[in-house]
Amino acid sequence: MIRVSNVSKNFGSFAALRDVSVDIPSGALTALLGPSGGGKSTLLRIIAGLETPDSGIIEIQGHDSTNLSPQRRNVGFVFQHYAAFKHMTVFGNVAFGLEIRKRPKAEIKARVNELLELVHLEQFAHRYPAQLSGGQRQRMALARALAVEPKVLLLDEPFGALDAQVRKELRSWLRRLHDEVHVTTVFVTHDQEEAMEVADEIVVMAGGEVQQVGSPDDLYERPASEFVMSFLGPTTRVGGTLVRPHDVEVLMAPEPGTVTAVVQRVVRLGFEVRLDLSVDDEPTWVQITRDQARQLAARPGDRVHLRALTAGVAFEVAV
Amino acid sequence: MARYGLRTIALVYLLFLLVLPVALIFWTTFADGIGPVIDALTTPSALHAFKVTAQVAIISVILNTLFGVGTAVLLVRHEFPGRRTLNMLVDLPIAVSPVVVGLALILVYGRFAPMGGWLADRGIDIIFSLPGMVLATVFVCLPLVVRAVTPVLEEIGTEQEQAAWTLGAKPWQAFRRVTLPAIRWALAYGMVLSLARSLGEYGAVAVVSGRIKDQTQTLTLFVEERFQNFDQQAAYAAAFAMAVVAVATLLLITLLRPREDDR
Repeated sequence: MIRVSNVSKNFGSFAALRDVSVDIPSGALTALLGPSGGGKSTLLRIIAGLETPDSGIIEIQGHDSTNLSPQRRNVGFVFQHYAAFKHMTVFGNVAFGLEIRKRPKAEIKARVNELLELVHLEQFAHRYPAQLSGGQRQRMALARALAVEPKVLLLDEPFGALDAQVRKELRSWLRRLHDEVHVTTVFVTHDQEEAMEVADEIVVMAGGEVQQVGSPDDLYERPASEFVMSFLGPTTRVGGTLVRPHDVEVLMAPEPGTVTAVVQRVVRLGFEVRLDLSVDDEPTWVQITRDQARQLAARPGDRVHLRALTAGVAFEVAV
Repeated sequence: MARYGLRTIALVYLLFLLVLPVALIFWTTFADGIGPVIDALTTPSALHAFKVTAQVAIISVILNTLFGVGTAVLLVRHEFPGRRTLNMLVDLPIAVSPVVVGLALILVYGRFAPMGGWLADRGIDIIFSLPGMVLATVFVCLPLVVRAVTPVLEEIGTEQEQAAWTLGAKPWQAFRRVTLPAIRWALAYGMVLSLARSLGEYGAVAVVSGRIKDQTQTLTLFVEERFQNFDQQAAYAAAFAMAVVAVATLLLITLLRPREDDR
């Protein structure tokens, strides 16, 4: 387990982390999720020893590592922009940590080849990073970090510099890799979809503070705050209540507790249908299924009546 | 038409400024064939001047490389009070005339200055001997390595070094195995520039060396001394030898340059 206790960090007058405490479970894939400037990268770099906290304690698997140099923490770190050693081949990059540890040549060769196979780069061993695509470079960086058998693998926006298609592929590949390797992994992302898809556990950070910790389901179903709710998925407002757009009942006749709205537009998006509405001239929207839309048969200009479903999550919003 | 006009102006300019003088040195040197040239360059004085120049240049380039890389790393990788001042001081040798540098060194290390006197009492002569000449040359070449290396250090950033740290490399190991290979072409370029400058330095060395024939006479001083003594053959032969070395270093720079741009 990585235990972060009361960690604060300031850069000049900017407070990057304010008294952060969080436990990151062993063997799991944890995402640090939040908007940029929220402190998640700083926390990751502090865990790696690349930054020193102003106050607080970092324990890695029971050892106080707060004052340990990055060399002695035994963590693997993967950078957003790969940080490939450009003058070394792919083999040389992956072998680096083992060569520093003065392992026998034969052992290095075997271990590097095994890792290159794991990241599907075995036929690129003799290429230079400049001859690889972004996705291949990042897989190489991952193999390089894994080579020294780290206790913890830390990834700082690992897919941030890649295009959308490669990003999606690497995402599911990382998940599969983790299921194979089981090393405690923490990755930083600002993409909630990425965090929801890949992580076992998500730590939502904003403004230098931890907003909520939980499984993807937990956070989606039971957000602790309006912020977490809006950050983790789409939201809409129904008469002063913040709800998920699919947690709204749309009725043709008024009932107790309903809010009257005028249909502006009906947008068909395959299986789901989006209704753009206005409540007292305030624009809002809800999401319903195709079947519901067919039953409703609402057209622009029609009056409908909205009610937030009590089973869903909702926040009363001060108007 | 304008294109050809510009080209002509540029070529004529270069012709009168560079090509004609250098070609004439070549012409004058070999006016009586190759025999007198070899004779003039193998006199004991000429050979000694070659030796002194080589000694000064090699020691200066080594010192400049060490301090240049050190200073560049300090300027790019560290925040400390006085960093801007240091950054400015590095460029000082370009602005200050070499003659002033020589005089300043005499003021500090001359026999009658406190520091120079203290060293002289312990048998160490700086002025009018090799250490002073090296000091003057190092001073004059100071910015060359620093300014060649600094932009590349800035460009490669710190992430590769940090990656090396997390993989267990100590700062020195990370520098040697990751940073140094990344700056090697820029460093080589700076070293070659330093070498060229060291070989050709006249002003500062002229002041601190005392121009003692067969003792502190470098090749540039040798050329000037021979010329003053109406030994034109020796002066031109030595000047020609220096021009050859200069062209060779220029070629070396041209060879290094494109490889640096590739990166």
